[in-house]
Amino acid sequence: MDPAHIAERLKTKFGDAVTEVRLDVPDPHAMIAPAHVAEIGLYLRDDPDLDFKSLMCLSGVDYGDRLGVAYHLHSLTHRHRFCYKADLSREPGAARLPSVVGVWPAADWHEREAYDLVGIVFEGHPDLRRILLPDDWEGHPLRKDYQFPREWHGIPI
Amino acid sequence: MSELHTEEMVLNMGPQHPSTHGVLRLQLVTDGEVVREAEPHIGYLHRCAEKIGENVNYVQFVPYTDRMDYLAGMNCNYAFAHAVEQLTDLKVPERAEYIRILVLELNRLASHLVAFGTYGLDIGAFTPFFYAFRERERILDLFEELCGARLTYNYVRIGGVMADLTPGWLGKTKNFIDYFEPKIREYDELLSYNKIFIKRTAQVGVLPADLAIAYGVTGPNLRGSGVKWDLRKEEPYSIYDRFDFDVPVGKGEMGILGDCWDRYMVRIREMRESVKIIRQAMDGIPAEGPVVAEEIGKSVKTKAGELYTRVENPRGEMGFWVVSSGKDTPIRCKVRAPSFCNMSVFKEISRGAMIADLIAIVGSLDIVLGEIDR
Repeated sequence: MDPAHIAERLKTKFGDAVTEVRLDVPDPHAMIAPAHVAEIGLYLRDDPDLDFKSLMCLSGVDYGDRLGVAYHLHSLTHRHRFCYKADLSREPGAARLPSVVGVWPAADWHEREAYDLVGIVFEGHPDLRRILLPDDWEGHPLRKDYQFPREWHGIPI
Repeated sequence: MSELHTEEMVLNMGPQHPSTHGVLRLQLVTDGEVVREAEPHIGYLHRCAEKIGENVNYVQFVPYTDRMDYLAGMNCNYAFAHAVEQLTDLKVPERAEYIRILVLELNRLASHLVAFGTYGLDIGAFTPFFYAFRERERILDLFEELCGARLTYNYVRIGGVMADLTPGWLGKTKNFIDYFEPKIREYDELLSYNKIFIKRTAQVGVLPADLAIAYGVTGPNLRGSGVKWDLRKEEPYSIYDRFDFDVPVGKGEMGILGDCWDRYMVRIREMRESVKIIRQAMDGIPAEGPVVAEEIGKSVKTKAGELYTRVENPRGEMGFWVVSSGKDTPIRCKVRAPSFCNMSVFKEISRGAMIADLIAIVGSLDIVLGEIDR
């Protein structure tokens, strides 16, 4: 199934949760309201015509004016791909959305990484803590306004 | 008797431990010799390459990519060059495509040789390591002749390759391939079908196919679980659709489908397929022509947009998610490293294993910490 048809099915099923469908871009995708990412993931995984059993990649991003999370999916049985994204506000404490670990266990480390580096909180993640940086690190380096520290525990950086 | 009980002990394995293949720390909850829980702690080699990627331009970022999976630098260079090329209109010259296939497959051989050699070492067989490094050395010599480097190459560039083949390089490669192909049988005799090796790896660390897919495991580890999935075949990129080769998968010959032996054996069998591809590429390469797209300068401007691309690295699916605003520097350059996902399943397949088997399981996943931590 091509991305246009998949997005169409999502619109029929979830209505307003799909805020926009962008097909005329290098990576066709659907924009999803952040609160619905997990239930839409579950539908994409379990519908036999879609069968997106594999989460290729989950990425967090700071666009400067907003944050975002992108879910790249793939189906080994139907050999098709799909991508959906959610935009989040940069207001302090607003970057939260449901975790998809329950849908794809692969999301576990990806979400921890997005939390660690971009500072996005995945609600319902079983063990959301830093993964690449030390536990006591301050800030999230992939934020555009990140201030580089001069030292860490007295060690100059 | 009911008063007798064993106490669980928390044990750190690593980060400095030779058989963890780098700076990996495993936090074990053990009950005697049995591992109840094994939690990997990563990040010891973290350099925040993705932040660097946002601060240098596309051309400048290429040398950072070969420091991710440093055992397959060519493949990482290519994965990134491929991602950027998809966001531009660059035409990669025909000769460059062939040169890329040659170095990618040679690097796959070199990488699988390290996997084979060190896996023997992990299990307690010392000799295979020398065999593997003897052959790998000759591949590195070939690479050194091309670009001067033996580990971090920066040879595959956006739009082509850094320099043309040196005179006589193809002949040397042919000599090497003729010499190398029969050696694979030696590896089988030395290690693959060695009784002790089979005892140590068969029925150990079984990874069922559905679990592998759920955790995003790719590459030889996924194929070891019997899933015939290779991006070179399924989503042919570059000119892989012109070559005839097979995709070996695990069959559970020695024990259970998806055990350590299956994963190991997929790599050995893939070496034969790489040899096939190299032979075909040497026959098909145009005698002369440019090796880099004309428009390439010190920087490249891409179209505005976001794109996820992926290629088959020796360790699995190497993906780049590039977010571009149309400038010469990306907004975001997310790396989806195969070892990162492959390692995340470790917790699942090591539960209940013996401590000694942990070594066999880590080795069979063939991880490189450089790309896990980035």
